[in-house]
Amino acid sequence: MIRVQNLVKKFGDFAAVQDISFEVQQGEIFAFLGPNGAGKTTTIKMLTTLLRPTSGTVMLDGLDPQRHQHEARRRFGIVFQDPSLEWELTAAENMEIHGVLYHVPRKLRHERTEQLLKLFELWERRNDPVKRFSGGMKRRLEIARGFLHTPKILFLDEPTLGLDPQSRNQLWSHVKHVNETEQVTVFLTTHYMDEADRVAHRIAIIDHGKIVAQGTPAELKEQTQSDSLEGAFLALTGSSIRDESGSSTDQMRQFVKMWRK
Amino acid sequence: MGAVYILWLRELKRYLRSHAQIVASLGQPLLYLLALGFGLGPVFQRSGNGSYLQFVAPGVIGMTVLFTSIFSGIGLLWDRQFGFLKETLVAPVPRLTVVLGKTLGGVTVALIQGTLVVVVCLAAGFRPGGILAVPRAFVYMALIALVFAGLGTAIGSRLQDMQGFQLIMNFLVMPIFFLSGALFPLEHLPKALGAVTSADPLSYGIDGLRGTLIGRTHFGLLTDFAVLCAVAVVLLSIGSYLFSKIEV
Repeated sequence: MIRVQNLVKKFGDFAAVQDISFEVQQGEIFAFLGPNGAGKTTTIKMLTTLLRPTSGTVMLDGLDPQRHQHEARRRFGIVFQDPSLEWELTAAENMEIHGVLYHVPRKLRHERTEQLLKLFELWERRNDPVKRFSGGMKRRLEIARGFLHTPKILFLDEPTLGLDPQSRNQLWSHVKHVNETEQVTVFLTTHYMDEADRVAHRIAIIDHGKIVAQGTPAELKEQTQSDSLEGAFLALTGSSIRDESGSSTDQMRQFVKMWRK
Repeated sequence: MGAVYILWLRELKRYLRSHAQIVASLGQPLLYLLALGFGLGPVFQRSGNGSYLQFVAPGVIGMTVLFTSIFSGIGLLWDRQFGFLKETLVAPVPRLTVVLGKTLGGVTVALIQGTLVVVVCLAAGFRPGGILAVPRAFVYMALIALVFAGLGTAIGSRLQDMQGFQLIMNFLVMPIFFLSGALFPLEHLPKALGAVTSADPLSYGIDGLRGTLIGRTHFGLLTDFAVLCAVAVVLLSIGSYLFSKIEV
């Protein structure tokens, strides 16, 4: 379903992603793990037509997302790491915009909106503008919106950031549900190793823009002789804390500034 | 079509819900109209040009449409900062649809805002010539809105931060306004200034408004119409192209 070969992304001199390759099978839940600034979000952006790779190939359901942007976009849905809501409009209106943009028929759109807003406990507040929502509520709305249409591939970029355990549990149950009932392929990133261990069929670990290990959670634990995924992760990526080298947007900005001079 | 409509509706809802902003944005036109209209009125009258209020009102209407439409395009900067831009960029609709919805939304908002200022002008004592003057002026208001929504989109697609916004404001938007003949007649200008004003698309917009509203034109209504249409096509194309190339 997803095939990445020798993918590279450079921002000026800085290589955010250095020659990575991996495959995700149809119907698989694939976790892409790595410390801050390892290149996870940059990779997702290249997979979802938001960034042009420096070199290498990406195939999404047999399509190159750069060459067939529009066709590729019909195949995936994404929950972004940072906010992407319209703050001035209400929760229901945000759902409505998404439903129309993703061609969900009106009746289904309204049914799903109600079902999802209830699932993520936002139904009572559906007519409030998003700007009055708390951080957790905004996050839940982003996630609910991501499930409004049924894509072939669902990208979840650190979806549980800032969520309480109840909401996290709700989210992962729902991810498993759509994966099992609708065969949605899921590509996710997270910093919570227990979550990856619980839901992912396979895992790739990326560090400094390179993939350092790939396999099932059990294989990774065995390979590093750890009894938890957290242990395996630390064994593979070291225990020193990383400096956030900024989001890829920040890096782009830096790059544009350099280029303007 | 649904996508164009929903994005148009979004712009409209954003505008209609920002009551404070609507009132605030009437302040500047009112100030120009009253301070300049009545302040420069006597001098203007003595130099044999007639009523300055009559003269400046179409300029103030044009100014409002200029600011509203160009800011709607530059609003892409806010969409970028608040993140909603990403939501529209990955959606399975052609980016041209996204630009179209946003632009038409901006044009609609600019026309509503322009209409409010027409009403303010009428209240201040501005008298258009003839019953058809105002509907005909709407054609030129719409053209100004299209031209500058296109320019705004082009700029908004490239702008990354607030510093850039200030730069655009002071070195592009204000000059477009001040060099357009909104505030002074284009006749008998020094040669250099005359050349600059003829290169400013807003000059043709204001001239069209003045032609339809008070029957006074410098370039001729047909020229105004043709120039505005041509510039609108060019700027909207550039805007759509740059928007289609956005990476985040």
